[in-house]
Amino acid sequence: MHEVALAQSIVEIVRDQARANHADCVKAVFLRIGAFANVEPEALSFGFESAARGTIAEGARLEIERTPGSAFCAGCGSDVQVESRVALCPSCGSGQLLITGGEELRVTELEVS
Amino acid sequence: MRRIAVEQDIMAKNGRAAALNRDRFARERTFVVNLMSSPGSGKTTLLVRTLQELKTRGGRLAVIEGDQQTTLDADRIRATGVPAVQVNTGKGCHLDAEMIMRALAKQPAPAGGTLFIENVGNLVCPAGFDLGEAKKVVIASVTEGEDKPLKYPDMFAVADLVLVNKVDLVAALEFDVATLKANVKRVNPKATVLEVSARTGAGFEAWLAWLSSSRTVTAPVEARVP
Repeated sequence: MHEVALAQSIVEIVRDQARANHADCVKAVFLRIGAFANVEPEALSFGFESAARGTIAEGARLEIERTPGSAFCAGCGSDVQVESRVALCPSCGSGQLLITGGEELRVTELEVS
Repeated sequence: MRRIAVEQDIMAKNGRAAALNRDRFARERTFVVNLMSSPGSGKTTLLVRTLQELKTRGGRLAVIEGDQQTTLDADRIRATGVPAVQVNTGKGCHLDAEMIMRALAKQPAPAGGTLFIENVGNLVCPAGFDLGEAKKVVIASVTEGEDKPLKYPDMFAVADLVLVNKVDLVAALEFDVATLKANVKRVNPKATVLEVSARTGAGFEAWLAWLSSSRTVTAPVEARVP
């Protein structure tokens, strides 16, 4: 359940940004989470709800955009999309994949009033 | 209603604390190893034997112990004569860089020596948290399945070294070390894999040699000004 710790970091980012932008209320928080970010979205939403209580982010909607994992195949030289760290290359079947994307974990936008 | 572009890394706060730790370790030439595994892999037993071996070779040592509750592990470490500080994470399932920073305020890192951080026994959450260490070591014991690297790929993907512990039990358990090694390679082709037994000491020469050579590369001793 490290999602609780991540949720607390999200609330801190939201609070700082809301303050810097003179917002009165945060309606929605937009996240971008990669397939290999080691995060369970449901656990994160649950953690966010409790971490946000009593802060400007209380009751805000969490919008999570999942981004796919990507890899470079050392076997055939192609850039491919993969769902798992132990996937085989979808174009040549080799297991020599270097993960190149899908580890991001970002707050991208806020909707405020 | 309006939109604000934020574009901030959620892990940035931990990353900043880890960078501060790393700077400090570099200044004080402390070689730092983060030990991670599931509960019951023999992490503390392995660490105790490692400390006993390293003590006979000289060099300053210290340990930061992470557990949800109790000071049992720190007590076991202190019995070897090596200073240890216990971090209780409570409900938390991993150590983060800020906890290490706070632990260092209680017990400074051994300048010019080696600091072992024993993470909370968990093959999931600790993988995502940089502590400022030089090397991540994952311990997999033969009492677990050969498929652990495939089930917990995030953890095995970040390992610099995988130690296969309890190899003295291989025959009794009909454990297939070759399959485990192949599974590690699938997730992480760069990781080194060594077989050890914390109980008998088998394989410790290679493990201690790995520590010594990693130390030379990551924390070179500065030339002393006369």
